[in-house]
Amino acid sequence: MSIELVCPAGGLPALKAAVDNGANCVYAGFKDDTNARNFSGLNFDDASLREGIRYAHSHGAKVLIALNTYPQTENWQRWTAAVDKAADFGVDAIILADIGLMDYAQRAQPNLRLHLSVQGSATSYEAINFYRERFNIQRAVLPRVLSLAQVEQVVKNTPVEIEVFGFGGLCVMVEGRCALSAYATGTSPNCNGACSPGKAVRWEQTPQGMETRLAGILIDRFADGERAGYPTLCKGRFEVDDATYYAIEEPTSLNTLELLPQLMDIGIRAIKIEGRQRSPAYVAQVTKVWREAIDLCQKDAARFAPKAAWMAELNKVSEGQSHTLGAYNRPWK
Amino acid sequence: MKISLGPNLFYWPKQTTLDFYAAVAQMPVDIVYLGETVCSRRHELRAEDWLDVARQLADAGKEVVLASQALIESESDLKALRRLVDNGEFRVEANEMGAVRLLAEKKLPWVAGMSLNVFNGHTLNLLAQMGATRWVMPPEASRETLAGILADKPAALETEVFAYGRLPLAWSARCFTARRFNLQKDTCEFKCIDFPDGMLLKTREHQDFLVINGIQTMSAKTYNLLREMPQAAGVEVLRLSPQAQGMAEVVAAARRALAGASTDLAGDYCNGFWHGQPGLELVETAS
Repeated sequence: MSIELVCPAGGLPALKAAVDNGANCVYAGFKDDTNARNFSGLNFDDASLREGIRYAHSHGAKVLIALNTYPQTENWQRWTAAVDKAADFGVDAIILADIGLMDYAQRAQPNLRLHLSVQGSATSYEAINFYRERFNIQRAVLPRVLSLAQVEQVVKNTPVEIEVFGFGGLCVMVEGRCALSAYATGTSPNCNGACSPGKAVRWEQTPQGMETRLAGILIDRFADGERAGYPTLCKGRFEVDDATYYAIEEPTSLNTLELLPQLMDIGIRAIKIEGRQRSPAYVAQVTKVWREAIDLCQKDAARFAPKAAWMAELNKVSEGQSHTLGAYNRPWK
Repeated sequence: MKISLGPNLFYWPKQTTLDFYAAVAQMPVDIVYLGETVCSRRHELRAEDWLDVARQLADAGKEVVLASQALIESESDLKALRRLVDNGEFRVEANEMGAVRLLAEKKLPWVAGMSLNVFNGHTLNLLAQMGATRWVMPPEASRETLAGILADKPAALETEVFAYGRLPLAWSARCFTARRFNLQKDTCEFKCIDFPDGMLLKTREHQDFLVINGIQTMSAKTYNLLREMPQAAGVEVLRLSPQAQGMAEVVAAARRALAGASTDLAGDYCNGFWHGQPGLELVETAS
């Protein structure tokens, strides 16, 4: 069974880069808080979406629209209008997290294919089958918390296609279950579609070193010569019981390239590349490597091994310049 | 307005837990949520022990609800969940959609827990149609969001708000307590038991920020809506979250607040979420 490569598109140039380099699907969002990458300068207006869909479809690729934040009663119509717009534009599927919105989509756009977003926090086949039975979800994106054996157990017990993250930034928390940014900055991934937002960030050179703050809270401090990373809240150094360290998560990124034969073997239907906030060059580079890897692996899984050149290319664009197998393999378990 | 005691989010020795609930039986709370919702490795009380506690509290006149685990990872997690759903005596609080599926399938009444992400009335109505008889607002929601949700709430559905305690903010597959001790999660030595209110996480300038509680991350400040709750339209249950010390005082303060008296308790408090602000803010309100 073939496995789809699902690549991020923060804008039209990234979408074209993904398609040109062999993505089977690109995922994108509208220019507002209806999606979980609600960053300024990112996402699609009507004209760019129309052109993006035309471009993707003419090259045999699909376009998925993420509407994966949680609408509130007072802005409900904006989310339902986004569902209708996605359908009118002829996208291939929408990616949802809120069951109210799934219910709406199912009734208003019965021909529109629905995917369960990672923001839905569904980690078991019981949960995924719930979404299937109630809302006819065709595919589910798993949160980045399960081991490979646990992923396999999910696949075996649901008819829903399973998509997993293969590469990119790593949320250490269960997606859809993290209010850390809302607590510190008031910007909620669940409701506003952003985490540790740029407007709350301050970089400050001090006698102690470069300090990064989020809403005034010291997230990290870097010595001269240390590479100062973006102050994503969970990736800072903190003090716990008199030790100062990356108390929650080290700033690394996920790379599961070496697990590709196993992912295909257990029946994963799609690999997702994270990074709608990243550049078209990142998208082109990562898509190219993963396309080549998937094609090779589909030809001869038994003899598949990641090429050193691929890993070097991917490490170049990794956050923190290093990578991890994440939860799939649990060195920390 | 009723007062509930949420599930204990921390890990205490068995005898400490039994003593705590023996005391709770004498406290003026109406509803008690029981069970381990955070980590499947915490085993001081087994399923049967929890049922014993549940029966004792029911005999003392409390409404008892058994809370399900919020993050389901393994087949044994699912087995425990099925056992909970099939307990045959007590209502269950569903903390993820797998539990909702099982409870709805059996046509049982259940409580929609605060990790189900209910942010609009459409979602709440769907859960009510599936058998939810009460729902707990996600702590990050504001009073405006609540008002919007309640505008088209089914009449029979009760609304509960997390009103006192350290806020559960995030869940992970990783254990941050084990990480602090350079231990693997599977051989964690159950370090959580040494920290009855979690481990304080401070910034590098020594500011209290978060609390590590195994795979859960919490607020360092205590969320306190005791002043706000008596005036909160549509809220029918006020939830207090268990803490190792001073629970009876918190319950008494909540009772006083509901009676319109002063709620003064000493502590490092926040209430921002309720007021539409960052959660750690403390918005001054008239008492």
